[in-house]
Amino acid sequence: MKSSSPLKWFATREGLYYVALAVLLVVLLPLALDPFRLNMVGKYLTYAFVAIGLVMCWGKAGILSLGQGVFFGLGGYCMAMFLKLEASTPEATAIQSTPGIPDFMDWNQLTELPWFWEPFHSFSFTLLAVIGVPVLLAFVIGFAMFTRRVGGVYFAIITQAIAAILTILIIGQQGYTGGVNGITDLQTLNGWDIRTDEARTILYFVCVGMLFLCLFVARLVQNRKLGRILVAMNAQENRVRFSGYDVAAFKIFVFCLAAAFAGVGGAMFTLIVGFMSPSFIGIVASIEMVIFCALGGRLSILGAVYGALLVNAAKSGFSESFPELWPFAMGALFIGVVLAFPNGLAGLYQTYVMPLEDKIFKRNKGAQLEAKPAEKAAEPKPTAEKTSDYDPMIDSYSPEKS
Amino acid sequence: MFDGYTSSELMSIFAMQGFAGLSLFSVFVLMALGLAIIFGQMGVINMAHGEFMILGAYTTYLTSGFFQSYLPSLFGGYFFVAMVLAFLICAALGAFVEWLMIRRLYHRPLDTLLATWGLSLIMQQAYRSIFGAREVGVDLPEWMMGAIQVTDLVELPINGLFVMIIALSIAVGVYFLMYRSGYGKKVRAVVQNRPMAEAVGINSAGIDRATFALGCGIAGVAGAAFTMIGSTGPSSGQAYIVDTFLVVVFGGAQSLIGTIVSAFGISQAQSTMEFFLSGSMAKVLTLLVVVGILMLRPEGLMALKVRR
Repeated sequence: MKSSSPLKWFATREGLYYVALAVLLVVLLPLALDPFRLNMVGKYLTYAFVAIGLVMCWGKAGILSLGQGVFFGLGGYCMAMFLKLEASTPEATAIQSTPGIPDFMDWNQLTELPWFWEPFHSFSFTLLAVIGVPVLLAFVIGFAMFTRRVGGVYFAIITQAIAAILTILIIGQQGYTGGVNGITDLQTLNGWDIRTDEARTILYFVCVGMLFLCLFVARLVQNRKLGRILVAMNAQENRVRFSGYDVAAFKIFVFCLAAAFAGVGGAMFTLIVGFMSPSFIGIVASIEMVIFCALGGRLSILGAVYGALLVNAAKSGFSESFPELWPFAMGALFIGVVLAFPNGLAGLYQTYVMPLEDKIFKRNKGAQLEAKPAEKAAEPKPTAEKTSDYDPMIDSYSPEKS
Repeated sequence: MFDGYTSSELMSIFAMQGFAGLSLFSVFVLMALGLAIIFGQMGVINMAHGEFMILGAYTTYLTSGFFQSYLPSLFGGYFFVAMVLAFLICAALGAFVEWLMIRRLYHRPLDTLLATWGLSLIMQQAYRSIFGAREVGVDLPEWMMGAIQVTDLVELPINGLFVMIIALSIAVGVYFLMYRSGYGKKVRAVVQNRPMAEAVGINSAGIDRATFALGCGIAGVAGAAFTMIGSTGPSSGQAYIVDTFLVVVFGGAQSLIGTIVSAFGISQAQSTMEFFLSGSMAKVLTLLVVVGILMLRPEGLMALKVRR
């Protein structure tokens, strides 16, 4: 699917899927929803970052991390620390016994800012840390585990334990982290009030922009030799190793990549929602992130975006009207996705909608632009199931992996 | 951290905390044994294990209620009935779950993790709908209350001792089942080399189902024992699940002795540190040390040496 000009790429079939997603996120949803709902969609989209990372890490390379919430949370906390420091000027906190430090520190009898908070006065450092801290932790974990050839279930359990450790640590160290309430009452970003409707709409578009950036990075990786090696590693790790590739290095790379995506997602989450708390880090939150990816299709980066949107929208919908039914639905979703359609919505799309598309494409040869309305017509629910990208590897998913 | 304590005080602290650690140890052993035989046999991690345990706990709760209203004269012995019932109910449900989903996923262990997580969500919500979100407790029979005074500073509660005895007897029972019975021989054959075991005529699918049911049944007994030392809520199982996974992995996945040793080490470390540090820091430190050791020695404390 390589074309010489980037503009031409948008008229290819794969390009059209991206265009369709862009139209949905940039035009349709902002027109259809009020600022409050749009802000919620923005929140769902921040989870899509994690889901894209999981597609690369779990779907392609076969490394299931049940601790993606850790990286999401670290990114989010880095951003929240910066915003909290900005909100805690000596003037704004004059009633505290120690003005100039965040309010929860004052409540916990801290009299000066802890050393690891100091660098977060700087915005550029914060931006660096949002990606750097998660990647660093992912590198340490990945290096320790993958060079010793730990994988599969063991890796999943250890990442889960790390999620548990970080949550307990944050809740326990209330004076340094804000405890179970998290870091709340965030107001401005470099003097710009992030709580107004206007600011939230702008942040939504920033989030969509970042999402597409991440999508293109992920696409770049998956379409190169690098991506093929990741997939090969998943299917036959030893053959890849014996062909002379350093399997551990590739695994560390993809784990760090997923961590970086999750960190960016976390930072956007803090900006859009306006606070950060340990409940987005823990075991339950981390496993939920896997289902976003599994529902969308574990091999499809575009599917991951739809998966995150759908699961979260369903969660909000259920929680508003039938809160006691949601865990049943969620549980059934986990079991159903795994047992009935392991390739998720993208797999269903490929099996049932793509053949229809093929016919349409053949009929409109040379006039690809018309294919887009036709594609819309080919499916009953336009926002729900338009899920797949052109990926020749998708049907080669083999359940027989280690 | 030992400043300000005399040596005799320190000894008593260690003895008391050590005993508190032993109740934790009993719960860990009971939960981890079930998980370990399932994981060792099939390479499957059952994320709903904690919920099976809670099923056992609720069974005990119902049984105690039944004895209180209909057979008050036999109330002292209800626990033994409850234990058997908990085992049977959990084992039956386990066999059903194995038939329904686990057997379809043997080649995809990571997917089993997700499917059983879904099962755990459903079970938790079912408990919440049936028994309510509040924690329930059982009334202990007369003979289980009170404590044995060992020295002036050290006293041991009887219910804790009782739970420990149950844990150890089940551990011994599992040992005999695994190493001294025909069934155990078949299980070990399948663990070591599945195709060869099948080639000599062992019904490996049947063994799988029996083992899964056995593991779930032991989880049920763990739940029954758990009611003796704590109250039961819909999500109590989840509180222990990560620790239990770590116990199993840390001990070496296919070694029962390793599981018991690591359960002992983790529970003792946690409860001793709890006295000197805050509870959350003790837990963080214990988990960090375990994860750290696992990074250096991923096969766990006592790995079974198998040619792959």
